[in-house]
Parts: sequence; structure tokens; C-alpha cells
Amino acid sequence: MRPAASNLGDEVVLEAQALQQLLEVLSGQGYQLVGPTVRHGSLVYDRLSSLADLPRGWGDEQEGGFFRLRPLKEPAFFGYGVGQKSWKEFLYPPRHRLWSARQEDQGLQILPPDDDAIKFAFIGVHPCDLHAITIQDKVFLEGPYIDPHYQARREAAFILAVNCGHPCGTGFCVSMGTGPKAASGFDLALTEILEGEKHYFVVSVGTETGQEVISQLPQRQAQAPEREAATQAVARAAEQMGRNLDTTEIKALLYRNYENPRWDQVAARCLSCGNCTLVCPTCFCHTIEDSSDLTGELSERWRRWDVCYTVDYSYLHGGSVRATPRSRYRQWLTHKLATWIDQFGVSGCVGCGRCITWCPVAIDITAEVRAIRESELTVAAAAKE
Amino acid sequence: MLNQLTDPMLPTPYRVLKVGRETKDTFTLTLAPVQGGRGLSFAPGQFNMLYIFGVGEVPISISGDPDRTEKLVHTVRAVGAVSRAICGLKKGDTLGVRGPYGVPWPVKAAPGFDVLVIAGGLGLAPLRPAIYHLLNRRPEYGNLELIYGARTPEDLVYYRELSRWRGRFDFRVHGTVDAAKNDWRGNVGVVTNLVSRARFDPEQTMALVCGPGVMMRFTVQELVNRGLKLENIYVSLERNMKCGLGLCGHCQLGPFFVCKDGPVFPYDRVRDWFLMREV
Amino acid sequence: METLDPVLAAHPFLQGLDPRHLKVIGECASKVNFNAGEFLFREQDEATNFYLINHGRVAVEIFRARRGPVNVQTLREGEAVGWLWFGKPYHWHFDARAVQLTRALALDVKSLMERCDQDQQLGYELMKRYAHMLAVQFRVAILQLGDMYG
Repeated sequence: MRPAASNLGDEVVLEAQALQQLLEVLSGQGYQLVGPTVRHGSLVYDRLSSLADLPRGWGDEQEGGFFRLRPLKEPAFFGYGVGQKSWKEFLYPPRHRLWSARQEDQGLQILPPDDDAIKFAFIGVHPCDLHAITIQDKVFLEGPYIDPHYQARREAAFILAVNCGHPCGTGFCVSMGTGPKAASGFDLALTEILEGEKHYFVVSVGTETGQEVISQLPQRQAQAPEREAATQAVARAAEQMGRNLDTTEIKALLYRNYENPRWDQVAARCLSCGNCTLVCPTCFCHTIEDSSDLTGELSERWRRWDVCYTVDYSYLHGGSVRATPRSRYRQWLTHKLATWIDQFGVSGCVGCGRCITWCPVAIDITAEVRAIRESELTVAAAAKE
Repeated sequence: MLNQLTDPMLPTPYRVLKVGRETKDTFTLTLAPVQGGRGLSFAPGQFNMLYIFGVGEVPISISGDPDRTEKLVHTVRAVGAVSRAICGLKKGDTLGVRGPYGVPWPVKAAPGFDVLVIAGGLGLAPLRPAIYHLLNRRPEYGNLELIYGARTPEDLVYYRELSRWRGRFDFRVHGTVDAAKNDWRGNVGVVTNLVSRARFDPEQTMALVCGPGVMMRFTVQELVNRGLKLENIYVSLERNMKCGLGLCGHCQLGPFFVCKDGPVFPYDRVRDWFLMREV
Repeated sequence: METLDPVLAAHPFLQGLDPRHLKVIGECASKVNFNAGEFLFREQDEATNFYLINHGRVAVEIFRARRGPVNVQTLREGEAVGWLWFGKPYHWHFDARAVQLTRALALDVKSLMERCDQDQQLGYELMKRYAHMLAVQFRVAILQLGDMYG
């Protein structure tokens, strides 16, 4: 096959062995490759130096409070769901130095940071995570103030999305309208197909940047059976989602249930550990820390991920507004599914299922919403009697 | 390279020109930009993030005259590490300023109205710029009244200014404290009760309210009892703020970010969330 | 139907009332129980009932955003908690919460006040008791405010 010109919106086929070449094209253009890899028995996103770093032949098993890598029968490159990391770690790092300052005789000197925008190529972005990136774009780029650090990294990032061909244990992207197929927002999107001897990717071209990359690789127009295979793979995944969330009028439902006894029930289980906020790909709360060195001459301001489950988070002189774990769990869930909609015009949840998998006590956001919805039916039924 | 225009997290250095003491733990600082220039243009009710080298940053309402911006004025109460450090500054010291942020008092919509300003404790600080704005344009408004209360006489701020305002014929000032020693000749009783003494036409009155949460809650109730509509009552809310930009999430009250959707809110907009507990 | 008259008569707030007045009050009364932690009323609620406490303990609380509920007064058996309003309904500024199992008589304020309008002798007797209760509470509140300990 010769490299052929491809157009935006096209679907082309890339043979599996060309994936290494794809990575090389991206590295050659100065991108820092980041993608899924196995680390200490878990699935993370980290720097990739080559194709060999991808968890080829691995799948995963996920449930509430449970994650295991499982070997697959087939040598798929992308045969797993999402792990505890998300792409926000790279666009919006957990710790980031904003600036430093010196206190001198003539007064305070503020020293802006050097440009540190890294060009990332994200390899293997699941559709749920792709949505999460666009949601964080709304937070950091569409308010009255823009975060220039996020902006620089985001504008430089290349996104190679991967459509899901297998269901994930705790995900509910279908409920949230975020998957299992990526609709837009990617440079290239792959659907991996393994059929007997055949191993190829059906590739959608999303942007001119993606088009320019794929045209340097041996590819050809996708034929109808290949396109059909991709459609089938995604449809199979959609039918077997591990969870579902009824989003019918969910904002109104939660807004009228701030005093529902269910919050006491979940508060009795919640450890306020904040794992859910750390693994959630849309959580954006952060704190600002100012510190100085031992000499007292140089001070630095750092931005650090923060967790709304701490008592400190809502502290105002005299005490914390959300003094009880009940109020803090309620804050997290109602923000994610309800107030976020008023703030940003979309839900804050992409249905990736991470909060369910990584909760040490297996609290399930879909079960909590279901319980609240059902409690209203119980009350209504009782009222009728 | 980022600068104060392209990175909203970079503070601008300001120098302390004057420090005045209001109460045992409250000080008013007058500041000017180190680089010189026109000074900070702001609307009454807005706040700045004030930064102390190596210690941290806190949101503090601007408490000066919005028509005289060559000097920047802030009134600060020492309640934590950063505010204590700010109160410890001396003439000539420098600090960082970011801002101004926030939705201001609706003074631009006030011409033609009676305006009732009700302050509790340090709540008078974010209201003082609104009072200056109104007094600077006095003929545009109907009745102008200030109701101010604090715990004790020693907790009253802007004491001299209150006396000057009380001397005006076009500005009624009522004050009270909760408790006082016997050398106090003013009122004793809670500030919410003074609402009944204010003179205003509820059809044409705008109320600006700022103070402790309990005080605002009960004051608003009194105003409603006297016929004021919720959309004509404005409150200034307080929350933990880290960035002041609507990006860090700390200041949320339900769907609102107090730093960018507030801190001033028309009461009808925020009432349900404000009255909810632990939200 | 079991009459509430003896229970009403036994409560100190209504002590010395004429039996025919007790009967009228009884028409507005019902027995209520509150488990520990349950609210008799909450801030913003309409002051529908005036409660005569027969058993248990009630805490009157103001909710402060960072301090949580602040208990400013407790009332026990033999005492009363409520607001007798005329004309427009009064809405509570405070919460009242049962600290332990509490049994009380709930007097519906609206119907009680209507009956007082019709029978002014009843009204006077009730107001004497109410005024005394308020004056005592007021004195207590001033003492609390005056900070005897400082």
C-alpha cells in the first residue's frame, strides 16, 4: 500500500503493524507520546517510548472497588477500559508551579514562569475521556478568566482516540451520551478489529492535523465490511455496559432532594477519602499554595489538585461550611450531576465508571441516583394509599 | 513569557502608604501600585486577592472611594495567617494585588430609588464604596439610610466617618450595638430591629445588606415583612476563595461561584441556596 | 373520644383556667410526640402550633453556617414553646428540636386566636399567661446577653 491522501471525515484502514510507524511520525513531529501502559499491575497513562509500552494483549476486569488486569486471548493493543489515571494529569498536572517571587529591599518582585508547554500526543483516548477533556475545556478556557497553562498544553495536544469495542465493567457512557464511539474532538479515532488473521484499525480523520499525520502512513479507504466490523464492535460494547444512569430531568431531581435520607445512608459508608475526585477525569478543583524556601528570600506559588471531601475545603474563619461527611458527599454528587449543568451547560459526568471502580467501599454513583429516584416513587405510592 | 495581562494568577506589587487602626484586630490599609500609574479602577462591592510574600493570599473587599482610585483602600480583620500578616504591614512594605473581581453592588441601577444600606460588623467595609458612590451623586436618589450594628462599641469601624455621615441632613444613619459598657450613649439592641425605624417606600427601595450570615438572614426577613421585593434586596456572600477567578471550585454555593457570580447577589436569585444548610 | 381536659388542666401554663375555657382550648389541641432529634419546628416554618411540653426536653437553636446549630435555650416539662400571632402568620427565626423523647400538646394557633377573639375573657386569661412567659424569657435572655461571667 502506498500512502494515500485522505480527507477530513474519511474512514481509512491502517494495518496493525503500522501503528509503530504512527507513533514514530508523531515523535518525529516533536510530540511527547503519552498512553496506556502497565505499571505495578495496574493500568496507567504514562510516557510511551515505543509500541512495546502499550499493554498489548491485556484486558481488564472492573467492579465496585475492584480492578484487575486480565490477559486477553487476542493480541489487541487497546483491549481494556480506563484505569485510575486520566488525561487531566497531563493537561492540568496535579502539582504545577505558577510563579515565584522574591522579597527584596525595593519590595516584592514577582517572577513569571518560563514557558513550559509540552506538546503531548495522547495515544488511546477513550470516548468518555475525550468528552472529559472537552468538559475541562469549558472550565479552563470558556469562563471570564482563562487558565493559560492549561490552554498552552491543550492547544498543542494531539488526540488519538480509540473507540471501545468491548464493554467496561463499571462504565455507563451510553447513559451519558459520551460513547462508546467518539463523535468529534479527536485528530484521529481508531476502532481496533481482530478477525482471525486480520488485525487492523478503522481510522476516522477528525482534523487537518490528523489528516496530515495519517497521510504519511500506508493506508487505504475503508471498505464496507471493514466499516461494518467497526460499527458492530462498538454496538456490542454499547449493549453490554456495566452500569446505567437515568438522566431524565436529573438536575431537577437532585435539586429537590437535598434533604433526602439517602445522603445519611451513603455518608455512613463514605470515607471522605476523595479517591473519586482524583480519578474523575472532569474534577477540576484545586488549591493554591504559597511557600518559601529556608532562606525566606524566594517564594513559590503552586497549584495543587484539591479534594472537596476535606473539612478544610470549605473552611472560612470560624469553621467549615460543609462540616459533615454527609454534606461533602452530597456536594460532590450534586455538583457532578446537577449544579455542573447550570455552570457549564453540560453534565460533569462522562460515565467512565472510575469513581465506582476506585472507591474503597464501592459506592456507586448510579446506585445513589437510582435510590433517590426510587425514594420519590415510594413516597408517591404511599401518598396515594 | 506570561505577564499580569495574560496570566490572571500573577499579582501586581503595591506599596503600603498608610495603616490605620479601626478596632483591636481590624486595620485599614491605603495602597498604591509600586510601578505608579493610574491606580485600580473598581466597582463598589468588588474584592481583590491580597498576597503576602511567602504566606499566602486572601480575598478582601475594596473599602475605598471608587471615584478616587489613585489610592487603593482595604479594611482587613486579622483572623488567620495571611490576614494577620496584612495587619502587621508597615508604611513602605509591599504586597501583591490581583483583581478587582466579583459582581458589584447595583449602584448603577439605583438612580430614582430610595437606598437602604444595612451593615453588620465588618460588613460595612464592602458597603462603604457603595455609600461613597451614592453620596458622590446624592441628588440622583431618594431617601438614603444606613443601618449599622456591631457586637460592642469597640467593634464599630469607620467611627469618625460615621459621625461625619450622621451630621449630614441628606443621609440618615442609625447605629446599634448588642451590648455596651455604661459610658455608651448610643442604641443597644440588635441591628435587625432597626429596620422598623428606617423610612422608605417599599415600592421604590433597594436594600444593600452585608454582615454575618445570621444577620443577613433575619434582616432580609424584616425587609420582606415591610414589603420589599426579594429582587430589590442585595446581599454580599462570603466563601473560602483560593483563586478568585471561578477556576478552583472552592467558593461554590450550589451552582454559583461566589467569586464570579457574586459576591453580590440579588436575594431572589440566591435565596434557596443561601437558606440551605451545609451547601 | 378521650378528652384532653385533664391533661390540659395539669399543665402549669394553663393553671387556674376556668373549665369552660379549658374546653375551648381543648378544641384546638392535639397530643403530639417527638422522638429524640425530631424537630418541633424549623426556621422559616409557619408558627402553626403552640406547644405545651408534658414530658421531655426541647432545644431552641439558631443555625450558624460554620458553627452548626447553636443551642440558646432548653425547655422542659411544664414549660411552653411557641408564638401566639394574630392576623398574619409568624414564621420562625429558630429551630426547636426534641433532645429526648418529648410529649406535648400542640395548640393550633390560628383557631386558638379566633376563639380568643370570640371570647375576650379567654383571650385575656391566655394573654396574661403568655405575657408572663415572655417577660421571664426576656429577662433570661438579657442575663445571657449581659454575660455574667465576663
